[in-house]
Amino acid sequence: MFAFAVRRITQAIVVMLVISLIGFAIKHEIGDPVRDIVGVSVSVAEREALRDKLGLNDPFIMQYARFVKDALHGDLGHSFFFKKPALDVITAKAPATLELVFVSSLIIIFVSIPIGIYTAINPKNWFSRLTMGVSIVGVSIPVFLTAIILIYIFAVELHWLPSYGRGQTINIYGWESGFFTLDGLKHLILPSIALSSIMLPLFIRLIRSEMMEVLETEYVKFAWAKGLSKYRIWLLHAFKNTLLPVITVGGVQLGILIAFTILTETVFQWQGMGFMFLEAVERSDTALLVAYLIVVGALFVVVNTIVDIIYGLVNPTVRITGRK
Amino acid sequence: MKKLFIAFLVLVVVLSFGTVASAKALKVAMDADPVSLDPHVQLSGGMLQYSHICFDPLVRWTKDMKFEPRLAAKWERIDDLTMRFYLREGVKFHSGNTFTAKDVKWTIERLKISQDFKGLFEPFVGAKVIDDYTVDIITKKPYALLLNMATYIFPMDSEFYTGTDASGQPKDAIVKIGPSFALTNESGTGPYRVTYREQGVKNVFQRFPEYWDKMSPGNADEFILTPIKNDATRVAALLSGDVDFIMPVPPQDYARIEKDKNSKLIAMSGSRIITVQLNQKRRPEFANKMVRQAIVYATNNEGIVEKIMKGTATVAAQQAPIGFAGYKASLVPRYDLKKAKDLMKEAGYEKGFECTMIAPNNRYVNDEKIAEAFASMLAKINIKVNLKTMPKAQYWDQFDAQVADMQLIGWHPDTEDSANYSEFLVMCPNKETGYGQYNSGNYCNPKVDEMVLASQTETDLKKRSEILQEVEQILYDDAAYVPFHWQNLSWAGKKNLRMEPIVNVMNFPYFGDLVIE
Repeated sequence: MFAFAVRRITQAIVVMLVISLIGFAIKHEIGDPVRDIVGVSVSVAEREALRDKLGLNDPFIMQYARFVKDALHGDLGHSFFFKKPALDVITAKAPATLELVFVSSLIIIFVSIPIGIYTAINPKNWFSRLTMGVSIVGVSIPVFLTAIILIYIFAVELHWLPSYGRGQTINIYGWESGFFTLDGLKHLILPSIALSSIMLPLFIRLIRSEMMEVLETEYVKFAWAKGLSKYRIWLLHAFKNTLLPVITVGGVQLGILIAFTILTETVFQWQGMGFMFLEAVERSDTALLVAYLIVVGALFVVVNTIVDIIYGLVNPTVRITGRK
Repeated sequence: MKKLFIAFLVLVVVLSFGTVASAKALKVAMDADPVSLDPHVQLSGGMLQYSHICFDPLVRWTKDMKFEPRLAAKWERIDDLTMRFYLREGVKFHSGNTFTAKDVKWTIERLKISQDFKGLFEPFVGAKVIDDYTVDIITKKPYALLLNMATYIFPMDSEFYTGTDASGQPKDAIVKIGPSFALTNESGTGPYRVTYREQGVKNVFQRFPEYWDKMSPGNADEFILTPIKNDATRVAALLSGDVDFIMPVPPQDYARIEKDKNSKLIAMSGSRIITVQLNQKRRPEFANKMVRQAIVYATNNEGIVEKIMKGTATVAAQQAPIGFAGYKASLVPRYDLKKAKDLMKEAGYEKGFECTMIAPNNRYVNDEKIAEAFASMLAKINIKVNLKTMPKAQYWDQFDAQVADMQLIGWHPDTEDSANYSEFLVMCPNKETGYGQYNSGNYCNPKVDEMVLASQTETDLKKRSEILQEVEQILYDDAAYVPFHWQNLSWAGKKNLRMEPIVNVMNFPYFGDLVIE
């Protein structure tokens, strides 16, 4: 087990180095940050002087070596636009994204599970057919369109909900939270629905098909024969076995959900990391871009590494094959 | 339970007070917010808009392009090189300090070292304090645009910005990247002062109670500026009532806003010209005047304004729009396909040729579509254009490297003056003087250069106007570049805002004077 863990951690470090190298390599293709810092009529010589000062004229290897050295000391560079350390900018924006992803995940869990189970149990029911039909449409509508439609209906036409931003937030130990004000919660509704709309159809369909498969298995038939109550069979025996593949897929999809925050946050002017990322691309704020790639990359690597290690610990099949 | 009830009651009371207190708040959404609180850190539309909120210039533009006294109550020319400004008395900075002539001198000295402004203030020697409320501004040569430049002199509180901050950095340091005192602190004389700022998220300004201009009708106590980058979201924010005023308004939503019963729209012809430059160094064909003329004749820019811009732009045949010194009414658009074909034939290019073109796709309104339409128009005179478009972040390096035969560029003059277009776009490129910095067409006509330079020192405005009109005529006859249109400026707000008096062609709405009914 120890050797396994060491191997996984070494792999993780290599992955981080590769991410940083790729991030650093593409930053030269994004554009010239100096252009965005100065006005259009500033002379070429002035711009060159600024580039020199920022170290943008040094050879690639030198810039990269300097970056890695600073990164090991916890310094991911300075954002050109925010004029602050990039890591500070990202940590200030992270709560917004995490809250959005959290609420969306809750919506996905609490909507997809009951509907998935129901449609598996009553496949021929009109509601099930409707759900399946709608979910196909849902999967194929891009998230920014969903978002704009939601804004149009609920903000512009009905005036029920706000159209943009996070509303009033409360600072709790440095975490800007929108969970504790009515205004903040109102602002959360539309973006989280829009974001969850991408995953919701997928999960409903996944749970439904897994559940239908499980309902056909021998042990479920045996349980029926034994005369157990139907709710016990559905919810305890069948559903529990449905969950394993759902969780596996869910872990992977969480990453995709974070990727989709870029679009959702842009439409709703939601001040999170995704919005910040897109803005940084437009402004060629390359230092911030690289820092974002590193932070998100690190997040994924850490989560995956922990999952892998835990998997090795808890999955009995892995343990048994290991003993052979 | 009782405690809970009381707590709830308190909350309700507090919340309802909150809404009463913010009754005269003005919520504005723009596509970007100021990058810094230091007005000298960047010369851009956004920063000048901010400068008009927290500072006041010596003089400012009126809607009909005249000068209006602000911190300078009056001025007079003493000699060819000197203009004397008599300053307003009893003006207070946000810090409480009193505004005097030394602040003007201090500000001009700072402008002369600011990377972005030093080019504009190069013709200036500096300022000489005569007494507390009189200051002479002196130029190196007679300079016609002295008052234009005075609209950029927003006196800063010299006492407030003197000394060193906690990190030991001088408080007046102009820092592009990284922290500085002026980045996060301001003391100007303007109608509003900053009370809260989270860059890119929210900026809150409060009306300055001791604002000198008691005649200003502006009545918003609080002014909240939120950047909303996405066009559709910005419009939705106005229509849903979340904000009171938006700028800019995307052309595709003009009709939607005009239909809305709570909102109104103001659009105005602007001064940003969209052009395509034909590189004569890369292509010998473009060095032939007839080919350039043929291209201009083949360009249906009226069609582009009508079909692509949906009427939200003004067709152009010269650089400066009406109201500018160099505007010549006789220069009109000249789309004529037959004439274009004849010219190509005459030039010996009846069979046409193939060339490359680049254009940005997110810099100007509909830039990509304009470039595509232009390319298909040229196909009619047998010029095959290989067009490549790219985001602005990558575009300007390619533009400077002159990677293509035709390159699209828009220009708005920082000086609000005709000569500025020529200085950057059509004067002979010269690394030392910096003229022709964005002249990727490499058009070079010594006569044009000579006349533009002469206009700089010509202080007789009528004569100057004649020179600049002559420049436009030469460029028109030479087909030095392909003109398209001037983009419209647009603002939209709730019906209860008196917006018309505060908007202008410079796109610096004077929010200090905005009346909420």
